[in-house]
Amino acid sequence: MVNSTLKSEVRNLNFHYGDLHALKNINLPIERRKVTALIGPSGCGKTTFLRCFNRMHDLYPHNRYGGEIILYPDGINIVSPEIDPIEIRMQISMVFQKPNPFPKSIYENVAYGLRVRGIKKKQILDEKVEKSLRGAALWEEVKDRLYDPAFELSGGQQQRLCIARALATDPRILLFDEPTSALDPTATSRIEALIVELKKEVTIIIVTHNMQQAARVSDYTAFMYLGELIEFDNTDKIFTTPANRLTEEYITGRFG
Amino acid sequence: MNHSQKRKIKEGAIETILFLCALFSVFITLGIVFILSYESFGFFKEVSLKEFFTGTQWTPLFAEPKFGILPLIMGTLLTTGIALSVALPLGLLVAVYLSEFAPHKMREIIKPVLELLAAVPTVVYGYFALLFLTPILQRFIPDLSGFNALSPGIIMGIMIIPYVSSVSEDAMIAVPMHIREGSYAMGATKFQTAFKVIIPSAFSGIAAAFIIGISRAIGETMVVAIAAGGMPNLTANPLEPVQTLTAYIVQVSLGDAPHGTVEYKTIFAAGITLFFMTLGFNILGFWLRKRIREVY
Amino acid sequence: MKDLKKLIRYNKLWNYLFMIIGLLATMLGLILLCALMVDLAVDGAPRLSYKFLTSFPSRFPEEAGILSAWVGSFLLLLVTALAAIPLGIAAGIYLEEYGKKNWLTDIIEINIVNLAGVPSIVYGLLALGLFVYFLKFGESILTGGLTLALLILPMVIMATREAIRAIPNLIREASYALGATKWQTVQWHIIPYSTGGILTGIIIGLSRAIGETAPIITVGALTFIAFLPTSPISMDFPFVSFKWLMDPFTIMPIQMFNWVSRPQKEFQLNAAAAGIILMVMTLLMNGLAIYIRYRFRKKIKW
Repeated sequence: MVNSTLKSEVRNLNFHYGDLHALKNINLPIERRKVTALIGPSGCGKTTFLRCFNRMHDLYPHNRYGGEIILYPDGINIVSPEIDPIEIRMQISMVFQKPNPFPKSIYENVAYGLRVRGIKKKQILDEKVEKSLRGAALWEEVKDRLYDPAFELSGGQQQRLCIARALATDPRILLFDEPTSALDPTATSRIEALIVELKKEVTIIIVTHNMQQAARVSDYTAFMYLGELIEFDNTDKIFTTPANRLTEEYITGRFG
Repeated sequence: MNHSQKRKIKEGAIETILFLCALFSVFITLGIVFILSYESFGFFKEVSLKEFFTGTQWTPLFAEPKFGILPLIMGTLLTTGIALSVALPLGLLVAVYLSEFAPHKMREIIKPVLELLAAVPTVVYGYFALLFLTPILQRFIPDLSGFNALSPGIIMGIMIIPYVSSVSEDAMIAVPMHIREGSYAMGATKFQTAFKVIIPSAFSGIAAAFIIGISRAIGETMVVAIAAGGMPNLTANPLEPVQTLTAYIVQVSLGDAPHGTVEYKTIFAAGITLFFMTLGFNILGFWLRKRIREVY
Repeated sequence: MKDLKKLIRYNKLWNYLFMIIGLLATMLGLILLCALMVDLAVDGAPRLSYKFLTSFPSRFPEEAGILSAWVGSFLLLLVTALAAIPLGIAAGIYLEEYGKKNWLTDIIEINIVNLAGVPSIVYGLLALGLFVYFLKFGESILTGGLTLALLILPMVIMATREAIRAIPNLIREASYALGATKWQTVQWHIIPYSTGGILTGIIIGLSRAIGETAPIITVGALTFIAFLPTSPISMDFPFVSFKWLMDPFTIMPIQMFNWVSRPQKEFQLNAAAAGIILMVMTLLMNGLAIYIRYRFRKKIKW
């Protein structure tokens, strides 16, 4: 792999929740404008790993990072204590398991990140909101009711709204934490189609417990087990000829 | 009678007794409404509603009595307004600070200590307003009279901070963590999260807290009876002495208003006015708190 | 990139600014509480003495004391506790354990919340009409105690309900599964396990009752009393007397109010001294409540 196609690189990442060693010596390249899926059984540390990328663990006490996550092209280490987590979160957006719109209008939800960045000009906000909602394939459904409360949207629409919110600030990486686990099959397939569309513009890392989803949307797949990265490769390769026996057992449904 | 029948009767009797105890509380309210209306009815036989609500003088104890309740309502609104302009912003700040900023340990210690503010006997606050705060304020505001609306208003405000902060904080803590995380993940600071996301999310709870504060301030008696003076005064000037509905009731009760006289009945007329003012706020607050529970 | 850093610095500046403002706001109340206590202590401490506690009020400030006031407060509180505690706990148990979801329990619930918000002086007016004139209890200890009982009843009920609600359903099911009746379950499980919470609520309620002034003034408590109520115990048969219930009385906060309202500085010092004692009693009771809550929370973990 040539360095120029890399968006980020994880080197010897370790993570501790208090005394619990949750992530052990993880090494992983994140390719630019590709979808990297993290799979593995519950409790394997995939969500914990994802939340290292935008330093969400800093919100809670007694958490400790070790090793590096390098963000290219500037080469800063995301998990370095010298780097302000807010600086990281402004560049790396996240979409959560459960849709979590704010108790505001649809418009204000999307504009939230921009307002946090001190942008007040109505014209810029309008443009960005429309662009993001189009990007999240929600514009046509909500353009006539932008000022209605976000809570009135359906679950799937709310999740696309959260994606629009995450897109509005032009993130360098977009993190998805099991984004469809609270949604019905129709809403799920819309979100999946959206993810495939989005990778043209942005690098994506997605945690999923649904292997078919990983196979459908991702270019690369990392299989994790008990806090360790067991295998990483092209998604096709992982799902057809996995190198590791654990990976094979997992994707053939023998455990997890 | 066999054993099982006996047991059934005993269980039924106990349930009936407990039910009557619960029902008793309803009779308190009915009692309040009945007594207040009964005595006020007697009052309004002698004083017209028009005079009561539009008259601008309240001098029931004079030889030529005047029964316009407006000065007392104005006094109540003025002291309440001052109290609220202290309690609402401070209570909200305290709630935001404790729920979003303070470390867990600190919150555990500060909360019960803060509750003490509401536990101090109000007569002690009255003493404090009259003999501590008023002299201090007089140094900065030479026009301030010894009895005034400002000083008891401020003290009342401090006193009701815990009512406002405690319920607001509960509402803020009830905002689910994933909403907070959504904001932090966008790069927001705690300050931005608190004011742009948490406060709007906890809105009904905060409104309920404000209403509890308002209702407390309207009904507070001793602080104003001691430090605001005893002169019904139709004024919006916080530097002048005023009399509230509550303080008026105390003033008459301290004297010997013979049972059955108009003078005696005036306190019930003032009481029913007070009761309806707070009742409205209480019901609104109850409804709002019920709404928060339904949101999440 | 540089703009981003600048922006973050700006956002964080507000964050820190608020942290300071929030801390100050939180501390302001506490500082005022301290100022109040220091002010009382400075003014009143010199007046505190054994004589102050054992003298009746007097026209001469140096000779005046709070004997009749604290005896009155104590007896009033006794009546209040005896009336409010059983009634409040019973009502709380009914609403949590027995009450079915219907319009009647809905009304009772709304009513209790509303009662908790009724100004205390309105209870005084109720008592004036009901106890003093309708039931003809007069301006007596019984009237005063019952007035305060009505006032704290909603607090006792709410504390009981909250304590009971914290008991997991598992416990009830376990008891019913063993064949216990509803009352047996309440008696053997619900009441013992909620004691801590109920006790906390009762103490906080009583501490509020002890400082209440307005409703007791309204029912016509006297402000100047130079005698004690009839002793509840006598040398003659039947040895116990309830005549004290019908005696006139005064209480601590009224005595303090009376002294505050006088223009002479000496009486105001007496007020401060009475205030110290009131504050100490209130703080002790609240401290006790916090301690009990803390201990029971530690002992029982669901």
